[in-house]
Amino acid sequence: MPLEALPTLPEGPEKDYLWTLNFGPQHPATHTTLRLILTLDGETVVTAVPDIGFLHSGFEKLGEDLDFNQYVTIVDRMNYISPIMNEIAWHHTVEKLMGIELTPRCKYIRTILGELARISDHLLCAGAQALDLGAFTAFLYGFQQREVIYDIYETISGQRFHPSYTRVGGLLFDVTDQFIRKVRNFVKEFPKTHADMCRLLNRNRIFLERTQGIGVLSKELAIDLSCTGPLARSSGVVRDLRKDEPYLAYPDFQTAFKVVCAAEGDCYARYIVRMEEMIESLKIIDAAIENLPAGAVNVDVESKAVFPAQTSVYRSIESMIQHFELVMPNRQWTPPVDEVYGAIESPNGELGFYIVSDGTGVAYRARTRPPSYIHFAVFPYLIEGHQISDVVAVLGSLNIIAAELDR
Amino acid sequence: MALTIPDVMLARLDPLANWVRANSLWPMPFATACCGIELMATGASKHDIARFGAEVMRFSPRQCDLMIVAGRVVMKMLPVLQRIWTQMPEPKWCISMGACASSGGVFDTYAVVQGVDRFIPVDMYVPGCPPRPEQLIQAIIDLQAKIKQTGTLQGTEFGKRTEHKGPLPMHLN
Amino acid sequence: MAHDTIIAALKAKFAELVTTEFRDNFRVVVAPARLFDVLQSLKDEHGFNMLFELTAADYLKYPKATDRFGVVYGLLNMATGVRIFVKTWLNEPDLTLPSAFPLWKGADWLEREVYDMYGILFDGHPDLRRILMPEAFTSFPLRKDYPLRGRGERHNFAVITRAES
Repeated sequence: MPLEALPTLPEGPEKDYLWTLNFGPQHPATHTTLRLILTLDGETVVTAVPDIGFLHSGFEKLGEDLDFNQYVTIVDRMNYISPIMNEIAWHHTVEKLMGIELTPRCKYIRTILGELARISDHLLCAGAQALDLGAFTAFLYGFQQREVIYDIYETISGQRFHPSYTRVGGLLFDVTDQFIRKVRNFVKEFPKTHADMCRLLNRNRIFLERTQGIGVLSKELAIDLSCTGPLARSSGVVRDLRKDEPYLAYPDFQTAFKVVCAAEGDCYARYIVRMEEMIESLKIIDAAIENLPAGAVNVDVESKAVFPAQTSVYRSIESMIQHFELVMPNRQWTPPVDEVYGAIESPNGELGFYIVSDGTGVAYRARTRPPSYIHFAVFPYLIEGHQISDVVAVLGSLNIIAAELDR
Repeated sequence: MALTIPDVMLARLDPLANWVRANSLWPMPFATACCGIELMATGASKHDIARFGAEVMRFSPRQCDLMIVAGRVVMKMLPVLQRIWTQMPEPKWCISMGACASSGGVFDTYAVVQGVDRFIPVDMYVPGCPPRPEQLIQAIIDLQAKIKQTGTLQGTEFGKRTEHKGPLPMHLN
Repeated sequence: MAHDTIIAALKAKFAELVTTEFRDNFRVVVAPARLFDVLQSLKDEHGFNMLFELTAADYLKYPKATDRFGVVYGLLNMATGVRIFVKTWLNEPDLTLPSAFPLWKGADWLEREVYDMYGILFDGHPDLRRILMPEAFTSFPLRKDYPLRGRGERHNFAVITRAES
């Protein structure tokens, strides 16, 4: 960052004790790679200037080079604490572009996986928020359940971290009985861990004093700064795409879950909203796994959007031709020549993709609407006037994921 | 009969120093992306890196002797990485964790450095995207074996390596 | 339909507007000169109080494209949940748009990103400088004439060997 970009310090003898502190990009509380330049008056933060881009890896440029199915491995690595949510968002938009209506079974499985991802995201966020404030045990409790969710991902796809599980018009494979058993087991076991975390933190005096009244975001400012997700909901904005613009199987679960909101807008409200959302997600998972429809996970092969089954590729010429057409870079899908924006409710907020299609199987422009990027722009408004030790509390409550921030 | 301990013991200092160094590696978690979360999972209760004496994550490079580069390193971050590496005191080692840190991985784009070993020395590469915690633990065990075999008290094994051993950067080819 | 009344009201005010529709996305295409007026009208008269998306695309290699850059504003009315997209076209050499920062504070970083990636300038932005790429970077990476693997910038660093460190 050049020197002239820094805020100019006020002139005059009474203000010359202001000093500048560099925070990051390698700092334990920045959760990977963020940098802040803080101007301090004693221990009070006067201004904070974020400097980002330390993980800018050219995701969107890659999206213009890889086809709709290949790019899913890249979007996986965007919000890496809930990877499958990115896949769902990406293919949700691609299917919206092509006008594909998924099968009920696929919708349900994607919903279950998305809610599992939401739980794992919130677990890490709440755990890391507590860890930054000195409470290590809640983090370990949270990670224990994250390992269970990783195990479920591994059951369905073979990769525990980045499943790359969705495909245009369906999924990589159908799920097995083992998946259903593991999810049921998770639904049974998780409330205990959740209660343990709540007992550790909810009435913990140190945690309360470090989070209550810290980093208050008003409702008007939240809307003006384009905030979505738990950050906006903890400031009193009642908006959740799962209720307002239901996608996937959410129309079936409108009565199964509630939208969790708070009015305070401080770090504690954000923590509480995340903790309560996990319980609501668990209700959706419970309802979905018990009502999982039978049938195929992929749309009809006649739609020419999905790969035919392997055995039929080996045994019939039509399937082989279709497989060939989807694999060859100059054939593939023929989406309409137009532009579309599709969004889902990710754990961090509205995760959208804006695809400009030129009629080929590769997006002409694959723009991401990254909630972390928009939420980190809020940070200077939240921290001004607080102590320097509150920087980590506010950062932890925003849940900034660097790869999604910088892409 | 009680164990008699001799008053004087003779041993070479190199193996002794190696034994101490190998079993108390203090990692500097240079965690940038997805691998950083797996690094956290390695430190958490299920995998528990403390069993191998490497749980003391220090975020100040001055206190560390093992840098774990976890995640992709991009143009803007590389000078930071080099600066942290030079700030670490000798003896020091580096693990390049994951495909992105080792080779750029799937990110063959304008911004991503195609392998940190082009710009800093690396002792151990861990494949995977991201590697499982077991793989990282294996890398630490292997690094301990390497330290025990090659380490010297004065750290002369580093001084002998005047050349950069990794693949050459493309502009030097 | 909520969209129809909004678009009809807009068309009555700005005669030259072109509207398109695809899936559930409603788009209003406007010339850069009238862009700010349209945005202001949408915010003040139709209650679009959130700018949820601001992005651009380079249409250099797009089939049958006549203009080089398209800039897209996504607006959301939080009270009714209606979304609308405003699009404008830009051509070199005049890559300047009025900044939307006076209307929505959320435009701050979004405009900086568009500038960083495409080199489109926003007149009236309080702090328009690169956000994701290093300050010394000279190209605009998401333009279609910039190669995916760059022009060698990623290899352009000093090497630290064992003996030096």
